[in-house]
Amino acid sequence: MASYDLRINGNAQTAEAADADKPLLYVLRELGLTATKFGCGLGQCGACTVIVDGAAVRSCQIRVADAQGKMITTLEGLGSAATPHPLQTAFINEQVPQCGYCTSGMIMSAAALLQSNKTPSEDDVRTALDGNLCRCGSHVRVLRAVMAASGQRG
Amino acid sequence: MNAQIKALHFSRRAFVQGGAITVGFALAGVSPRASAQSAATATRILDSKEVDAFLAVNGDGTVTLFCGKVDLGQGLRIAIPQIAAEELGIDVDKIKFIEGDTALTPDQGRTSGSNGIQRGGMQIRQAAATARKALVELAAQRLNAKPEDFETAGGMVKPKSGGAGISFADLIAGKQFDLKLDPKAQLKNPASYTIVGKPLRRPDVPAKCFGTHVYMHDFAVPNMLHARVIRPAAIGAKLVSVDEASIKDIPGTKVVRVKDLLAVVADDEWNAVRASRVLRAQWSEGSGLPVQNGLAASLRNEPGIVDETLVNKGTPATQRPDGAKVLAATYYWPMQSHASIGPSCAVADVNNESATVWTASQGTHGNQTTFAKFLGLPKEKVRLIYLEGSGCYGMNGHEDAAADAAILSRAIGRPVRVQWMREDELGWDPKGPPQLIGISGAISADGHILDWRTEMWIPKTTRGLPNIPLLAPEAAGLEHVPGLNTGLISQNADPPYAAESIQVIAHWLKDAPLRPAPIRSPGKPANCFAVESFVDELAADAGVDPVEFRLRGLKDPRAIEVLKRTAALMKWQSQPYQLASSNGAVAHGRGIAFVHYKHSETYVGMGMEVAVERATGRIAVERVACAHDCGQIINPDGVRGQIEGSILQTISRVLMEEVTFDRSHVLSVDWGSYPILRFSGVPKIDIDLIDRPTEKPLGAGEAACAAVGAALANAVHNATGARLRTVPFTPERVKLALTGKA
Repeated sequence: MASYDLRINGNAQTAEAADADKPLLYVLRELGLTATKFGCGLGQCGACTVIVDGAAVRSCQIRVADAQGKMITTLEGLGSAATPHPLQTAFINEQVPQCGYCTSGMIMSAAALLQSNKTPSEDDVRTALDGNLCRCGSHVRVLRAVMAASGQRG
Repeated sequence: MNAQIKALHFSRRAFVQGGAITVGFALAGVSPRASAQSAATATRILDSKEVDAFLAVNGDGTVTLFCGKVDLGQGLRIAIPQIAAEELGIDVDKIKFIEGDTALTPDQGRTSGSNGIQRGGMQIRQAAATARKALVELAAQRLNAKPEDFETAGGMVKPKSGGAGISFADLIAGKQFDLKLDPKAQLKNPASYTIVGKPLRRPDVPAKCFGTHVYMHDFAVPNMLHARVIRPAAIGAKLVSVDEASIKDIPGTKVVRVKDLLAVVADDEWNAVRASRVLRAQWSEGSGLPVQNGLAASLRNEPGIVDETLVNKGTPATQRPDGAKVLAATYYWPMQSHASIGPSCAVADVNNESATVWTASQGTHGNQTTFAKFLGLPKEKVRLIYLEGSGCYGMNGHEDAAADAAILSRAIGRPVRVQWMREDELGWDPKGPPQLIGISGAISADGHILDWRTEMWIPKTTRGLPNIPLLAPEAAGLEHVPGLNTGLISQNADPPYAAESIQVIAHWLKDAPLRPAPIRSPGKPANCFAVESFVDELAADAGVDPVEFRLRGLKDPRAIEVLKRTAALMKWQSQPYQLASSNGAVAHGRGIAFVHYKHSETYVGMGMEVAVERATGRIAVERVACAHDCGQIINPDGVRGQIEGSILQTISRVLMEEVTFDRSHVLSVDWGSYPILRFSGVPKIDIDLIDRPTEKPLGAGEAACAAVGAALANAVHNATGARLRTVPFTPERVKLALTGKA
């Protein structure tokens, strides 16, 4: 069993794993950070998106060994009911989620976009989120919410 | 004062009477929501004829609703409390909501068929009205006045003339209502509504945005092991041998085998995943699948077809008037997956005496009997508790995962969590069935429908089937009832328009290539695609504007209004039927469709504007306009969300989705081989909600799905002159249609 030092949501945390290839996703969920969801394990759906060193990353595709020393942010670290991130406020205002299983990944992909592009066009948002799948059909509300969170009319 | 109210004062009904059972259940370390449900361990009456089955007035002034229908993301967690709060006279935030727990909630049937509100909600409305009447009578008695002098508001019964009231909690004083649901209890006048009809926010949304909502997938119990089930290499294959040593290098893992049900369990979830990948097992040949290519046409020649005439109105003409034209066309809708974003998951704790199963099933109550049977336990010893999963739209793998977990838990004597992998979900979820639909019809020279005949080749639901057969009991050799369930897939196969004669014939197939299950709006997306495309073909042949053509055949004023308002959203100018005249690289067109769901429920008008790239055959849906009349609207934002979802999900199904398979198993097992709609394909959507507060509320969860296929196909025809009659409208298929080869 090896130990891995991780920096998650601003905190130093140690994860034990027998397998260096264990995906970060499983490590996060075992630490109780269950906002990040398993969707495909193939990097195809975006449900497990987290931000690693400023970029939206599929946590099912990054090995725990490779996550060491990097700044990892999950939805829990982005904001909370007490101190919501503007995207979380906007997603609530627009009543975006239906089942909501994809919502965490959607918000994290959008947060990474807004870090690099504070006023994206709707096309920019569509492009940034094209790898995030939603089956309930919440897309039009996601677009509105991301535009609203960036201070624009969706 | 009547006898019922008197009974209320002395209600100490014995635990064993009236379907009541005693529930004592607690688990350390369970999720807040589950423990909240477990905490409600009082004696529960579950008989749905009883008011107490549905609601309880708590000492703190809140009211708990016990709802057999569940929230899958469609918004029942606010809509049902709105209905009950309105009818009771209490603030909606004073309502607590418990859903889909066989030990706590009455059986209101499966959450399906868009009936959460129109059936489940109306039962709860009647329970609340009965309760309000009882509360008013109690207050009147206590104050020595007449019931008609009182009203309810804010959780109080108050004199209409003003002055102090008495709270519900004081009146009930910890007792139960002990009242039968009164079907005649006076309902409030919709004109007085202050809660129903408002776009109140769904209570689960903040937690879903902060990551604190406890999904089925996030739920854990102490001492639980993680399992992964290894499905056979081919459908119907039997397990010949398993090499347990093949996983010996992965710590803490173990093989569990119950006949042909094969799994690995581990303390560590990732180790279970790894073990499931390296485990060596030998399987027999499978039962074999048909050849996919040509499946549609082969359905006509399946052995064992049983014919049934479903609709027979008027007499087909033996001689048609001069100038009449006869048309015929065949449409096909393929097998599709529910394609849930999160693969199915469940937790079960089963021993020789009892079973507790946490599941995202849309039918916990119905499954209680099924699970009891294959576990060999009395029904009352089996408890299924609903926890929300990844969106399900009929029946995905949730119930299979629950059966996996239950059988494995019993086998190893510990609670087990089963999570399917992506390839399990797309490969093994029960599929929407294939539907082959042939329509022939005749139209008069002046543009009226003369004859109409629909013939459908579709799998037949097995009569009396309690549940669709689940994978695990079958593999484990446990008791299960074989058969098919596809949902009510034969509805809406006849047009809603006037015709001299209409016939609908079902050629029932006795089997389906892959295990079928109802999938959102069962059968209707295909039937309405066929019917409303054919109507468009008739209109085109008659040279009549498609909106005008439909209006001529409609008498129902609600149908007419929906269609007219859809046309208005589209800025539709009536003109003789003509194709959009564009010869450019990208052809633009518009199409329309109308559906009266099940001919008795929600009215939907659907307009679409599309662009078709001629060189590639790629279709882009640019704009969708939908007018929607589901009667009395409980929560307009909830209805909008359901319409948006219905439209986008069905655009995905129409443009992209078909389960592919070889002779042994499903091939479309990831998002590359089973693509669904992405943001790049999302159109602008305009919705016009028609609220009819004095009408019955009707389902809004799936009616709009039914109108999507034809609106899209008709728009492509308008743009290009090509008719698309086979779903999905892939670029290859569109290109063939454009060159007249389809």
